[in-house]
Amino acid sequence: MKRIAWPLLVTLLCLLPPAGRAQSADEALAALSSPSFETIRQGVSMLAQSGHPQATAILAALQSSRLFARSSDKALFIKTDSGAFNDAATGKLAPDIMASGLKQVRLNNAVRAELDAALGSLRLFSPDAGTRRDAAEAVFHSHDPAALPAVERALTHESDPAVKLRMEQASAAALLFADGSSEPDRLIAVAVLRQRGDIDSRSLLASLSGQPPAVAAAATAAVNAIDWDLQLWSIAQSVYYGLSLGSVLLLAAAGLAITFGVMGVINMAHGEMVMIGAYVTFVVQQVIRDIAPGLFGASLLVAVPLAFMVAGLIGIAIERTLIRWLYGRPLETLLATWGLSLILQQAVRSLFGPNNRDVSTPGWMSGAMQLGGLTLTYNRLYIIIFAFLVLAALMAALRFTSLGLAMRAVTQNRQMAAAMGIRTPWIDALTFGLGSGVAGIAGVALSQIDNVSPNLGQGYIIDSFMVVVFGGVGNLWGTAMGALTLGIVNKFLEPVAGAVLGKIVVLVMLILFIQRRPRGMFPLKGRAAEA
Amino acid sequence: MASSTPMLTRREFGGLAAGAATVAAMGGVNAAFSSAAAQGTGPIKVGILHSLSGTMAISETTLKDVMLMLIEQQNAKGGVLGRKLEAVVVDPASNWPLFAEKARGLLSVDKCAAVFGCWTSVSRKSVLPVFEELNGILFYPVQYEGQECSRNVFYTGAAPNQQAIPAVDYLMNDVKTKRWVLAGTDYVYPRTTNQILEAYLRLKGVPADDIMINYTPFGHSDWQNIVASIKKFGSAGKKTAVVSTINGDANVPFYKELGNQGIKATDIPVVAFSVGEEELAGIDTKPLVGHLAAWNYFESVDNADNKAFIDAWHKFIKNPKRTTNDPMEAHFIGFNMWVEGVQKAGTTAPDAVIDALIGVSVPNLSGGYSTMMPNHHITKPVLIGEVQADGQFNTVWQTPGLVVAQEWSPYVEDTRDLIGDWRAPLSCGAFNVKTGKCGAGGGKKV
Repeated sequence: MKRIAWPLLVTLLCLLPPAGRAQSADEALAALSSPSFETIRQGVSMLAQSGHPQATAILAALQSSRLFARSSDKALFIKTDSGAFNDAATGKLAPDIMASGLKQVRLNNAVRAELDAALGSLRLFSPDAGTRRDAAEAVFHSHDPAALPAVERALTHESDPAVKLRMEQASAAALLFADGSSEPDRLIAVAVLRQRGDIDSRSLLASLSGQPPAVAAAATAAVNAIDWDLQLWSIAQSVYYGLSLGSVLLLAAAGLAITFGVMGVINMAHGEMVMIGAYVTFVVQQVIRDIAPGLFGASLLVAVPLAFMVAGLIGIAIERTLIRWLYGRPLETLLATWGLSLILQQAVRSLFGPNNRDVSTPGWMSGAMQLGGLTLTYNRLYIIIFAFLVLAALMAALRFTSLGLAMRAVTQNRQMAAAMGIRTPWIDALTFGLGSGVAGIAGVALSQIDNVSPNLGQGYIIDSFMVVVFGGVGNLWGTAMGALTLGIVNKFLEPVAGAVLGKIVVLVMLILFIQRRPRGMFPLKGRAAEA
Repeated sequence: MASSTPMLTRREFGGLAAGAATVAAMGGVNAAFSSAAAQGTGPIKVGILHSLSGTMAISETTLKDVMLMLIEQQNAKGGVLGRKLEAVVVDPASNWPLFAEKARGLLSVDKCAAVFGCWTSVSRKSVLPVFEELNGILFYPVQYEGQECSRNVFYTGAAPNQQAIPAVDYLMNDVKTKRWVLAGTDYVYPRTTNQILEAYLRLKGVPADDIMINYTPFGHSDWQNIVASIKKFGSAGKKTAVVSTINGDANVPFYKELGNQGIKATDIPVVAFSVGEEELAGIDTKPLVGHLAAWNYFESVDNADNKAFIDAWHKFIKNPKRTTNDPMEAHFIGFNMWVEGVQKAGTTAPDAVIDALIGVSVPNLSGGYSTMMPNHHITKPVLIGEVQADGQFNTVWQTPGLVVAQEWSPYVEDTRDLIGDWRAPLSCGAFNVKTGKCGAGGGKKV
């Protein structure tokens, strides 16, 4: 019975006279101005099926919170970008509408989900392939059987193979949840979802109920197969997470590898240099917003050299005024730089306030891309690349520039370097400035994934020391390997032991390792190491 | 409040006599303290014990300001009992032992008639013995884990059944959630709350496999594989929701990661108990739209009292962009209750005020009245709101009436049979209805 009823119903719906449609459209529009979320939700689905010429525009306006209802007569209006109002039912400009008499149509998650589905089925026929693809995904997500005829119709027109694949998946999803589908169709649909093989299709297959036994068995088998795939992918995913954490550690520790590793200064104010870099990013974004909002996407690129300069100059000032009096006295250096870190934190707190500052993520760093079963989030991906660029630049600077040569000379044998005419105090200041500047660059990257507050640096100082000591003091390559090892070990432990215990386990392992090899993974060898 | 002002002089006289009688009935330190406070003719001192520096300053400074505003408003109305109020502000600097020290100063040196303060549970636990020893009055304005009922503390924030339990009910009944992630920061409030929630969910027939509990350290910023595991947990074909007791600024990277991994509020909604308007101010709310929060008050609540409060707040703080939030409303209620209680008792003597406060009813800002119950907690409506793009909450559900606080959770084995009732003759914070005995941990008996 059911199998006959479904096509019948669809045919009936299509054959409905225009008058009936107009009435349902009016009803739908009235429902949208209701105070009840449930009525609004029904209004959305009614409007989508009403064939009203403005349906897509109205629903899109509702989705972006631009749909308003007039309090006096419940008429709907759409706010345009210029602040004027259009009559929703006709799409024409409605002059002299008072904003005060309007109330925004409210949304909740149930309405939002309905909206996504409704807009999905309406946009399946959009001229833009990207929009059609998103629409097919929305239908796949909602797996609303009511969208099935629309998807089937869209499939016959579709020429783009990528979009076509999505539409087939969407149609399979909707078909499985429709009452009237035949068993062979269902089996094919399960196979299509199995082919897709991602976490969403797993979720969909797992939520099936009331299927014929053969379909249910096929679905269970598909779920198991997908689980197996996902299990393999999750190992790769953990490696990616580990790389990402490792690159953050590497960025934070790279500067310290210079000030502590190369110069031997126990610099407790290192984290504050990172924090200053993050605040430079904040200021740059504020300024760009004010004077050139169009360039906002490039704000981070502007912030990188600026953060390097600001943090570097502060570093040089610190070396000239404080550190240089304390060379060879590690205990005093430790206390002095710790005091300095408190002063810097409080200075930033007084200047910018104690609240977290909002550093926005540019569009090109938001979202994620799918690589097989891997989800690569863009912000993390860019930070991994950035960390290695910074490391390469730093190594090149030490190896190939004359300043780098002087730095290495001074750290290896100060007297001899001085005898060769190198102004060692000046080199000390520049080295410290370089380390601080790199910390500032790290701050730009960290502003994208952490909160920009005066306490930002405190969270990284311990980790940074850990990485430098683990990798081998004085060895940049060791720092990189140390950071990545710690990152990956941490991310493999976290799902097993939990975030808190995972950190403790890593720390204990590190202590045991240092007991065995006090000079870290890659100790410096030769005469320089003895000095 | 204002309506009874003309009667103050006569009532004050009677109250003083009553106060003197109470004082006479007591002895030792308390008597000396009470008489000084009750018989004075100078201003009545009100202590404000909120951190103005350190990690909690972000949240607590606002509460100090709102108290100053309320005291200023009351003074403009002629003060209390014909005497002006004077604020004594101290800074415990987010340092828990310092809270106890400053509280001792407020009570024994400044002789404050009442103290409004604390935010974290650990700071409240730290001052609790001081208030019980010196018989002071503390108004505590923040939602907390319950399992406490002291004679000297008035809890104006929500107990778990006034925030967490209704939020879970909403998810269960309206969102049809079947699988639950309880994610929290690793300290006392989330752990206690999740213990209660887990017991509650099991009681409602949720199998253990459908509950995932996860704790992270303070300020956690790398949420990648936790969010990935939530996503995986949510792919079992049942509606999944996250109940978040994640505290403070760790929320920002958490929501960002949810957004980046493509988890929308329509797929897996997150309901938070520690994210309010103040926390959302100044962060990018785009990735949060549609996620939920459960409170007893939202700034967006539309009524005349709330509008007046927000206007007064903007005028007082001289910044029209500042938000209001739930703990501020709790102080608003608590302060008005204290004023009412003092006027009812006719004195500021602690014992008289403590007794007078029970049953006092004042308007709250969500459009109703809140009453101080015998368990020293207040009745509240519970509101569920969805985050909007502008950082405000859109109320999507609310309890039909007021909810009475359960200070001892009925879902935890040890506290199932306990009740708190500070009315005579019971006068006990942890009375075991099975054994008929007043247990330990129920606060000091008179």
